[in-house]
Amino acid sequence: MSSTIETLRRMAGDIARNFEAMGHDQAVLATADHIYQFWDPRMKAMIFADDHSKLIPIARDAIEHLAEKGHPGSQTRATKWNDVDGVGRSDAG
Amino acid sequence: MGYERQKDFGTPESRSTEQVTLTIDGRDVTVPAGTSVMRAASESGGKIPKLCATDNMKSFGSCRLCLVEIEGAKGTPASCTTPVAPGMVVHTQTPRLEKLRKGVMELYISDHPLDCLTCSANNDCELQEEAANVGLRDVRFGYDGDNHLALATDHSNPYFDFDPSKCIVCSRCVRACDEVQGTFALTIDGRGFASMVSAGQDEDNFLSSECVSCGACVQACPTATLREKSVKAIGLPERAVVTTCAYCGVGCTFRAEMRGEQLVRMMPWKDGKANRGHSCVKGRFAYGYANHKDRILNPMIRESIDQPWREVSWEEALSHTASKLKAIKAEHGPAALGGITSSRCTNEETYLVQKLVRAVFGTNNVDTCARVCHSPTGYGLKTTFGTSAGTQDFDSVMDADVMMVIGANPTDAHPVFASRMKRRLRQGAKLIVIDPRRIDLVRSAHIEAAHHLPLQPGTNVAVLTSLAHVIVTEGLANEDFIRARCDWDEYQDWARFVSDEKHSPEFLEAVTRVPAEDVRKAARLYATGGNGAIYYGLGVTEHSQGSSAVIAIANLAMCTGNIGRPGVGVNPLRGQNNVQGSCDMGSFPHELPGYRHIHDHEVRALFEKDWGVALDPEPGLRINNMLDAACDGTFKAVYIQGEDILQSDPNTKHVSAGLEAMELVIVHDLFLNETANYAHVFLPGSTFLEKDGTFTNAERRIQPVRQVMEPANGYADWEVTQLLANALDAGWSYTHPSEIIDEIARLTPSFSGLNWDKLLEVGSVQWPINEAHPEGSPVMHVEGFVRGKGKFVVTEYVPTDEKTGPRYPLLLTTGRILSQYNVGAQTRRTANVMWHEEDLLEMHPADAENRGLKTGDWARLASRTGETTLRTLVTDRVAPGVVYTTFHHPSTQANVVTTDFSDWATNCPEYKVTAVQVMPSNGPSEWQEEYTELSERSRRIDPAMEPAE
Repeated sequence: MSSTIETLRRMAGDIARNFEAMGHDQAVLATADHIYQFWDPRMKAMIFADDHSKLIPIARDAIEHLAEKGHPGSQTRATKWNDVDGVGRSDAG
Repeated sequence: MGYERQKDFGTPESRSTEQVTLTIDGRDVTVPAGTSVMRAASESGGKIPKLCATDNMKSFGSCRLCLVEIEGAKGTPASCTTPVAPGMVVHTQTPRLEKLRKGVMELYISDHPLDCLTCSANNDCELQEEAANVGLRDVRFGYDGDNHLALATDHSNPYFDFDPSKCIVCSRCVRACDEVQGTFALTIDGRGFASMVSAGQDEDNFLSSECVSCGACVQACPTATLREKSVKAIGLPERAVVTTCAYCGVGCTFRAEMRGEQLVRMMPWKDGKANRGHSCVKGRFAYGYANHKDRILNPMIRESIDQPWREVSWEEALSHTASKLKAIKAEHGPAALGGITSSRCTNEETYLVQKLVRAVFGTNNVDTCARVCHSPTGYGLKTTFGTSAGTQDFDSVMDADVMMVIGANPTDAHPVFASRMKRRLRQGAKLIVIDPRRIDLVRSAHIEAAHHLPLQPGTNVAVLTSLAHVIVTEGLANEDFIRARCDWDEYQDWARFVSDEKHSPEFLEAVTRVPAEDVRKAARLYATGGNGAIYYGLGVTEHSQGSSAVIAIANLAMCTGNIGRPGVGVNPLRGQNNVQGSCDMGSFPHELPGYRHIHDHEVRALFEKDWGVALDPEPGLRINNMLDAACDGTFKAVYIQGEDILQSDPNTKHVSAGLEAMELVIVHDLFLNETANYAHVFLPGSTFLEKDGTFTNAERRIQPVRQVMEPANGYADWEVTQLLANALDAGWSYTHPSEIIDEIARLTPSFSGLNWDKLLEVGSVQWPINEAHPEGSPVMHVEGFVRGKGKFVVTEYVPTDEKTGPRYPLLLTTGRILSQYNVGAQTRRTANVMWHEEDLLEMHPADAENRGLKTGDWARLASRTGETTLRTLVTDRVAPGVVYTTFHHPSTQANVVTTDFSDWATNCPEYKVTAVQVMPSNGPSEWQEEYTELSERSRRIDPAMEPAE
């Protein structure tokens, strides 16, 4: 069974690899955005505190971007949400 | 309402817009062209005697009872097969007709038992009713001639009997099987006097035949020939209540036909917009779990999972649970608590569970079973279309010219909708199936897929991109649609990407194992065959690239212009009855009801004001992350309503380790399920027959669920959640689910037009339902995408990390079977086990021979994660190198073998790709033996102590 930090590294790497086609810089922002929007604070804290050399480059740069500069804003439509009085967008189901 | 049979107009409704006026028995009647005289008479309040006609199948014209006279026409034509004509003058009752009908009826009755008083169809028999209507008083031919009265009854089916002695050979059952269900299991065997309804070959009975027990034949039978065993045992119903099925995402509506508080039968409701009067073996018959002896009706607690359960009062259970939750929260903080909502419970119950977690526990650690099924649909469709729900209603399939079915097995998992698909295919629509297995739709009676692409599991994205490659490089893209509806620059980027030779079917054939020419033909058919509709299931989503595959599907639909009108679209076939609703109700850890992110302070403020508490602004944990955190010691307590994560979620050992690490596991369910083996509190649940509320099906259709009997456990599930909340000092005061709906509508813009009374009035409605869409929204993206332009997104194929190799050379993929549902908690407690009493491992003959395995042999199924044993079924339905099983039985626990790999965007588990080895075995694995012992030990119950005097 994987440890939690191994799982988090794999998750960050999976996200990064699937954004890779955007090009490195955009993929870094999209990965950072994704982690910011979907990860629980303790997961973020664990990966911030981890040895980032164990991450693939896009994931490493995304984590460092998040840790140092914070959320880069929504990078894909998947991370845009309905406003308080908004309709139309939906999510999983 | 009281009991009466559903109205039957005799022949189907005409879809013509042209109107025709004729005269029937002196009254002017106007109906659509193409309507039969029988239906026109019926719609205008008349009633022509009939036996072989019924309005959910084509007219047949065999019983000769519905004869009419038409002025200017010769003879006495059958009204069921005669279409109306302008100015036609029809007489439905004349001395000549009276005599003819009476003579016909005499012939029927001369070969029919005269046991009406003891017949199960007494007062519910069309033959009896029509005999009375035509004034039959005697049978001139007597009853001593040759007859069929001594024929034996076939009792083989667990749910209905076939008594041929009562058959009038009207063929309604045969036609129902053909036209409504599409299985073609029944036939009329013999000719003339020897004609008999037969299921399959001479040696077959109903159980051994190809019959799928959908009940359409029983519903169609005008006599007691095909009759529910329950009606024979209980008697006729005295009232009927329209409600919604609690199995699968089709969301069939049924009449729960009752006698007192006893359910006599579930009868498909003809006005149901999802099922149009049809049913499957689960919804129609498999409701016996509601009263099964295994059902737990009293709350139970225990200090540790090695102790027996102790039955306690509701008061003690709730106060004990609340005290434990408060202590854990005080020591570890609110983030140590969480909850899992149920996709089998109502919207209102789900809403309350997420409210309990957010507002009372004080955390966003809430998730639901969509995590392990269609979460990638949400991500993928939202990315491309801007909104994620299915784009069509089910009726849309009748306008499809080409269906592409990807990673779905509708005849097993969504059988009622599959019957609609098959009907349209028999009308001439073409079919493309993309699936590693040869599912029934590939080739069955009167159905044959134009193309079956049996891809290697895990290569969906590669196949979908290669289809796009063909469409773009062969100039088949619909550029007019793309320019009008999508972002053109993004399309060009995507078109360049898919046009690369490395995405050609020829290049990818080595990966996908699908012949390139078949991919090319399928792409051409989808792009040029007229209305193209894509239907997909968990074979798309439950992969490490599930979200990418959904995006790739949306790309295909947009590039061919197959969006925004009936007959086209992207249609996820959702699994559980209310999985759509559970998502709508805010069951995800990052968003509140109405798909609004928890980070948004305005959204939080709205809920904070209404709920009177401050909300945590950060996303919570997903189910798999809850289990990780439990193993790490930071997640301590979980409230699980109506889910069995130990059996349904991947890597069972990880799930059990997480549950075992928690201080408090609260299971709220009908049965001591597998998860309850690790629980400290058990709160008994209620069935869908015992509560009011709503379910939302795969079409976004919100439908009422109605209470037809009192909860056997004492409370509906929403009441239990409220009791728990109030034990935690929440002060909730809902008295009926309608008040919860009002709160949902008040706080959720896409449901603002919804209320209980309106729902009961209209029957069902598809969201969004609000000021802009007061009657709901059947087809989405009609004029434009809900959120701006359609977005093409590049989908690079990223192979899964789960690899085959010398130790694990085969790929396992999992799924389900018609007669069982999900973890089987309900269906295993019905007679449906007669069709599937254990999970079997399907294996190709070549792979089986290499391992010395035959059908029925025990096989050890091992992966890097774990191993189990199960019996082998050798079949060429699976390709060489691929094995398949179901996950319905806890004795097998197929998820002991599945891995932690998951979709990159949503963590939906990769159930569909596990590298395995299969070897002969002597019997259960060590793990299975240990688990059986644990399970037996864990289910011990000490009865409640009598209170002291």
